[in-house]
Formats: sequence, C-alpha cells, structure tokens
Amino acid sequence: MLLSLLIWLPIVAGVVILALGDARARHIALGVSVLTFVFSLPLFFGFDTTISQMQFTEHAAWLPSFDINYTLGVDGISMPLILLTTFINVIVVISAWVVITDRVAVYLGAFQIMTGLMVGVFAALDAILFYIFFEATLIPMFLIIGIWGGPNRVYATIKFFLYTFLGSVFMLVALIYMYRVGSSFAVLDLHILKLNQKEQLLIFLAFLIAFAVKIPMWPVHTWLPDAHVEAPTAGSAVLAAIMLKMGGYGFLRFSLPITPDASNRLDGLMIFLSLVAVVYIGFVALAQRDMKKLIAYSSISHMGFVTLGIFIAFMLIGAGDQSHVALGIEGAMVQMISHGFISAAMFLCVGVMYDRVHSREIADYGGVVNTMPIFAAFMVFFALANAGLPGTSGFVGEFMVIIASFKANFWFAFLAATTLILGAAYTLWMVKRVIFGEVTNANVANLTDIDRREFIMLALLAFFVLLLGVWPNLVVHVMHASVENLVQHISVSKY
Amino acid sequence: MDNLHLATPEIFMLFASCAVLVVDLFLKPGQRHMTYWLTQGSLLITLLLTYGQVGDTAGTAFSGAYTVDGMSAVLKSWILLIAIGGFVYTRDYIKDREIANGEYYVLGLFGVMGMMIMTSSNNLLTIYLGLELLALSLYAMVALYRSNADASEAAMKYFVLGALASGMLLYGMSMVYGSTGSLDLATISQALTTSDAGSTGARFGLTFIIVGLAFKLGAVPFHMWVPDVYDGAPTSVTLYISTAPKIAAFAMIIRLLVDGLEVLSSDWTLMFAILAALSLVVGNLLAIAQQNIKRMLAYSTISHVGFLLLGMVAANPEGYSASMFYAITYAFTTLAAFGVLLVLSRNGEEAVMLDDLSGLFRRNALAATVMMVALISLAGVPPLVGFYAKLSVLKAVISAGYVWLAVIAVIMSVVGAFYYLRAIKMMFFDDPVDSSEVPARMDVNATLAVNGLAVVVLGIFPGWIMAVCVRAFAG
Repeated sequence: MLLSLLIWLPIVAGVVILALGDARARHIALGVSVLTFVFSLPLFFGFDTTISQMQFTEHAAWLPSFDINYTLGVDGISMPLILLTTFINVIVVISAWVVITDRVAVYLGAFQIMTGLMVGVFAALDAILFYIFFEATLIPMFLIIGIWGGPNRVYATIKFFLYTFLGSVFMLVALIYMYRVGSSFAVLDLHILKLNQKEQLLIFLAFLIAFAVKIPMWPVHTWLPDAHVEAPTAGSAVLAAIMLKMGGYGFLRFSLPITPDASNRLDGLMIFLSLVAVVYIGFVALAQRDMKKLIAYSSISHMGFVTLGIFIAFMLIGAGDQSHVALGIEGAMVQMISHGFISAAMFLCVGVMYDRVHSREIADYGGVVNTMPIFAAFMVFFALANAGLPGTSGFVGEFMVIIASFKANFWFAFLAATTLILGAAYTLWMVKRVIFGEVTNANVANLTDIDRREFIMLALLAFFVLLLGVWPNLVVHVMHASVENLVQHISVSKY
Repeated sequence: MDNLHLATPEIFMLFASCAVLVVDLFLKPGQRHMTYWLTQGSLLITLLLTYGQVGDTAGTAFSGAYTVDGMSAVLKSWILLIAIGGFVYTRDYIKDREIANGEYYVLGLFGVMGMMIMTSSNNLLTIYLGLELLALSLYAMVALYRSNADASEAAMKYFVLGALASGMLLYGMSMVYGSTGSLDLATISQALTTSDAGSTGARFGLTFIIVGLAFKLGAVPFHMWVPDVYDGAPTSVTLYISTAPKIAAFAMIIRLLVDGLEVLSSDWTLMFAILAALSLVVGNLLAIAQQNIKRMLAYSTISHVGFLLLGMVAANPEGYSASMFYAITYAFTTLAAFGVLLVLSRNGEEAVMLDDLSGLFRRNALAATVMMVALISLAGVPPLVGFYAKLSVLKAVISAGYVWLAVIAVIMSVVGAFYYLRAIKMMFFDDPVDSSEVPARMDVNATLAVNGLAVVVLGIFPGWIMAVCVRAFAG
C-alpha cells in the first residue's frame, strides 16, 4: 500500500488545495509534501538490497476487459528516483512560499498532483499504467509554464508539450504491438517477450523517440532550453531534477531489457549522440548569456553522460568485460540522482537572484558576493558540484561513467572527460561574472542576503550533494543487485 | 405483435412528444418554461424505461423490423442522457434569441426518437425511417433561427447535401434488396452467406451505402457540409448535431454493415481504412487553420469520425466495441465543450472566434476548467477518458494488423493536440479582452461540473463503460 499512498496522497491533496483556494494552500502543501517525503523513507530503509526482484509490489485488476492492471513495485533502479521526487517536492513548496502570489493554490496544487504522477511513473509495472502517468505529467507542467512562466512562455510550453507528446505516442503504438505479440502489458512480461530482429529495431526506435526527447538527447533537445528558461523557478527545478530522469529511467526499464539486441546493434549511434551532447552542448553552454539557459544546456550535457553510461554497456559486453558493465550503468544512475540535486539547486540559486533583480542575464550581475555573502557561498558550492568537483556528488557519476568508457574505448573516455574542463569552464566562468568582482550596478548593491527560508532550502540540497559525494555507496549498494540483474538480462540475446 | 413491450421507450416518447407539442400551443408566452420541463421530463422517463432494458432484455418486435439487444439499450440510454444535458445547456441560449421555443423542443424530441429508432432498427426501411426522422428534425432546427442569414444558408446546404446522401443510401439499399430479396437484415445476412449469387449486386449497393453513411458522418471526402453547417447553425443546434447523432450514426453502421453485410467485410474494411485515414489527416490539418472555434470543432469532429471508423476497420467484435466506446466518450466530451460555448454566448453575443475564449479562466473558472478537461480529453491525453477511447481503437486496429493506420492516427493526434492546446492557452494564459464575469444558471453550472467530472472520473475508472461496450458485442 505504501506506493499507492505515495502516488495518491499528493494527488488527492492537490485536488483539495485547488478546492480550498489560496488562503491555506501554502500550509497544506507544505504539510503534505513533508508527509509524502516521510512516508517515502520506509522505501529506502525497508528495502532489501540483496535481491533484484520487485519490492513493495501491489497488484489489482484495473481494466480487466483490456488486460490492464494496476501493478506497482520498485527495484533498486526506481526506488532512489522516487525518493528524489518526494524530496524535491518539499523544496518546491518552500521555494514557492512567498515568491508566488498569483493563484497560489493552483500553483501548489498542480505541483502536488505532478509529484504523485511522477512517483507513479517510477512505480508503475504495467506498461499502459506507466504510459498514463508518463503523459499525465505533461498537463500540470503545461499549465505551470504557461501561467507562471516568463515572457515567451506560450511558445515554450506548447513546444514542450508537443515534443513530448509526439515522442511518446510512438511508444504507445509499440506497447500495443507487443501486447499483440505477447498478450500482456506487464513490464516484467515484456522483458522476457521474444521479439525478432525487425520488431526489436522498430520498437527500440519507438522507445528511443519517447525517451530521447524526454531526457533529452541531441538533436531533439531544443525544447528544453526554451521550457527551462520560461518556466518559473520551481518548474525548472522539477523539470531538470525529475522529468528528465523519466527518460533515463525509461531506457533502463524499457529499451534495454525489452530490446537488448536492437540496443546492442545501435549502441554506436547512441554513444555518438551522447558524446555530441557532452562535448558540443558543453561548448554551447559556454556561449550563453542567460543563466537559466546556461544551466539548461549544462543539463543536456550531463544527461549525455547518463546515456553514455547506459549504452557503453553493450561495448563492454561485446568485449567480454562483464565487470565494468554494471559500473557504467550505476554511474548513469548516480549521475541522474546527483544531477537531480545539483540542477535543482542551480535553478533555485538563479531563482533567488531573479526574485530580487528580475533578470536572468549574466551581464546584469557582478559582485554579488559583496552583498550576499551567504548566498554566494552556496552558489559557488553548487557550481563546483556542477563542474564535477571531487567530494561532491557531481564527481562520482561522471567518474564512474568515464572509467567504464575507458575500458571500452580510450577515445570515448577522452571525449567524455573533456566535460571536466568544459563543465568547469562554463560554470565557473558564469560564477566569476555573477558572483565575484566589484559591485557593478545599483541592483546588485541593493541586494539583501538570503533569508531563513532560502537558507533552509539551499542547505538541504547542499547536504545531499555532499552526502552523496563522500558516501556514494549509500545509493550504489541499493541499486547494485538490480543493475547486476539487468546486466545479466541484456547479455543474453532474445532471438 | 406480442413483443410490443420492447418498444415501450419509443412508444412513450412518441406520445410524450405529441403531448408537448399540443400543450405548448396553449401556453402563454410567460409560461414557456413549462415546455422545457415537460421535454426534460419526457426524456427522463424515456431514459428510465430504456435503462430498464439494459442487461438481459433482448428480442425483436414488429415482425423483426425492430430489435432490442445488448448494444441498443446502452446506446439509447447514452443518447437520452446526452440529449437531456444538451437541453440544459441550450435553454437560455434559445430563450435569449427567441428561437421559437416550443417547436425547438418538439423537434429535438422527434430527433431523439429518430436516433432511437436508428439504434433499434433491424430492417433497411426502419433504418431509413429513423434516419429521415432525425435528419428532417435537424434541418428544421438549423432553419428555426430565421432572423439569421447564416443559419438559413446553413440549413439550405444541410438540406440539399443531406437529401443527396439519403438518396445515395436509399439507392444502395435498393440494390441490396434487389440482390438478396429482403429488407430484413438477418435475412440479408443469411442470403449472402448461403449463396454467392447476389453478391455482385450487393457489393454495388454496399458502395452507395458507404457513401451515404460517410456523408451523414462527415467523413472525408464527403465532409464539405460539416464546417459550414456547424458554423452557420445556432450554437445550440451545433451542440445537438455534434453529440448524440454521432452515437446513432455509429449504431446505423453496425446495423447495416455488421448485422446485415458482415459477409462483405473484406470489401468495406478497405473503404473504411481509406475514409478513416483521410478524415484523420484532413480534419486535423485543417482544424489548425481555423480562427472560428465552431469551425475548429467541426474539423475536429471530422478527425474524430476518422478515429471512430478506424475501429470498424478491424471488423471484429473488439473493433466494434472500441468504436462504440469512442462514439460514447466523444459525444459526452463534445457536449461539455459546446456547453461552455453556450455559457459564453449570452446577452446576444456569440462566442464564435477563438479570441472569445481569452482569459476565460479569470471570468468563469468552472467553465474554463471544464473546457480544458474536455479539450485535453479530445486530444487523447491520459488520464482523461478520451485517451482510453483512442487506446481501445488503436489496440483493435493493431491487433487486426493495421499498424500503419495506427501510426497515421497517432501522428495526427499530435497535430490535433496543437489546436486544442491553443484554445487552452487562450483560456488560461491570455488576459481577457472583456473582463466581465460570465455568470451561468445553477443548473447549467451543476451540469457542467458533472459533465467535466465524468470526463475525469471515467478517465480514472473507465473499466465499467469499457466492459459494457465489450459485452454489447460478445456472443
């Protein structure tokens, strides 16, 4: 029942918040988000790390005439993402506390509903149920960007919606096709479904469109800078921290186990696209003048590491190096979790400045450290984490993926490692221009440092970034059994 | 004649309609609301009578010309329910415009009766009678708004093209009669199964029947009348045309092509595949270009007809029940969308352009929310009921092996999502041009809320209505 609670508590609460109106919205939302996070902790502490089977499973017949069931369950791959979701939800409510004044009940209600839906995405073990949650998250996000977004919000939100919608409808066709072959929508049944070469290839491409848009991979990433820039602060944070992870999760839960042979055949293409994202988008980020856009491109670049870590697996399997396969995939997972904290923190930092100055342009700032010393410390810390400083969580995932790539091919590792330079370059250069130096203008001179609310918000995130940086095993050992199982599974051809 | 009780709903409806017509003659202008309540009362009682038949009642009456089966009772219940909702939304609109009150309701009732007869007919002639009863009522309803030139023009167009379609249909029926020697659908089916002799003539007739059906449904390339009539007709009539008659049209397809001519399914699946693909593509692409919301919804209807026909392409019970589910959900979702338009069209102003929706959320939050839910459902985004309708149709089509059709359908539903989103953008993201409140009566608000909730709740628990549709074609 725990997973159902985590899905439906925020959704029902969201509806209640919408119904009750603005007056008490903040307090209810905070209470619910904290409660949801607390309820999600037993998932972590009660998790059996020695087995790879699904845990906390629930099963109920939902649409018997269509053979669609309400099946939930988590393994080591989905569980950390659920915790990340419920945690970010708390941060979202704190970040909106005084900042959102227009239709606050709708804002917070939409975020609560979205949290429930996102937990559903990671917990669903029925393919159609997954699809429903996956798509349903679009509606609240569409409204959040469209109502509270920046000047170009309409363009951004419609682009966001249509891109993702177009990506996922092909997945729907693929899912129904597999039902025709195997008469089951259960994800675990799809994993063992026999598919021939042509079927696998087409299904892989259908999944690829869906997840590549979501994660996003170059060249279907263009919705992301628009959506991130126009979204309100918390919207950008949730987009970057969780929604992108749905793509990575989709690769691990659907593409790899369902179409291992097609994944194997196309791994060269996937690695190529990933490396383009890492290197080329890194350069693109360097050229940005808008802070949010810079972070958005940095997100794409970091997601390149996720797809690289996932698809380098097939090269290693081909080379007979089983031991490092898990390293790459675990690296991808750690990168996703870590990026969830760091990107959310970066967007919130920009949000803190935007709330005061109402500008996201790097050129409008300079010398912020003089007026906001505490904030500057946080911002520099998160920027270093974003650049992959050892000791922060940002380093761990990248390092694991680079090592795995190195075992596969030196040049892949070499190209991937350029991110350590590029990432440092674009992030630190931004920090230098924004935070350090002399106070450049009156706006900056009049800044007030962060208050208690903002401090708590950033401190919570900083705590987890550090924790995962010095103790990555905390999440790695949780996922190890499941990843090993996945590696076993994809090493065997389905023909 | 001993099975006459099966037709109780229709018989009651006939007497009630006549009673309403007569009573209305004696009412003074101030008492017009009586007509409204009598109409709603008649529909409600008919609904109860019909609902009593859902489940185990089955059989034929009038020497086999009339049938009650699993499908008919369910579809008729929905037709009646939607008609009741439609009249709630319509009431103030026609009162404001002084569209002859009494006649409007009586014509509406006769139209509903025509739909019920179409749904229950088991004979070529009964089908035609039901269809014409509906069509003639509709022509008159469009023309009732005499003071409006657009409405008169639309009525003319509708009448001429509708008569042409009826002619096609009747010609096709006569060919089928000529080659099988019977008007009774079961006998026709029997004759075609047992001997191959008449099948060339029957195929020839089938083509005309499909043309007639495609005209009535508004499937491309027989769709030209749809945008003009939707746009020209008073919005209340557009609501009427675009909701319940689609369910009745679906029933007519099932009666003619499944009950009667299923033997020829290899012929009509291909025709339906072409009609469906064209409707999906043309309907969705042209809807993008519309600035007039009624025209936009007209093209959107064309695309939904494409989806409905897609289920028929599967030519098996799975496909039929998928189409049935689609027709029902489409009808009550569209009902909500037009309900909102009617709420907006008041004080002599018509809500016809997309701009009229601007900032609706700030003017009437309930109406805007219901409209959003309806449009997202029409776009087929989960977890709203429209998604399951699309899912069931896609599942049937893919199971039958037409993956390419499914791919066209999903690509076009993404195109469709664009213009629905644009309307939602107007309501939620833009500032209102005219920021006055849009009030609505209590009963209208309540109906809108129930209608919108139905779209959401049936989206979370679509199981029972799916099961009903599956059962209608089982065994």
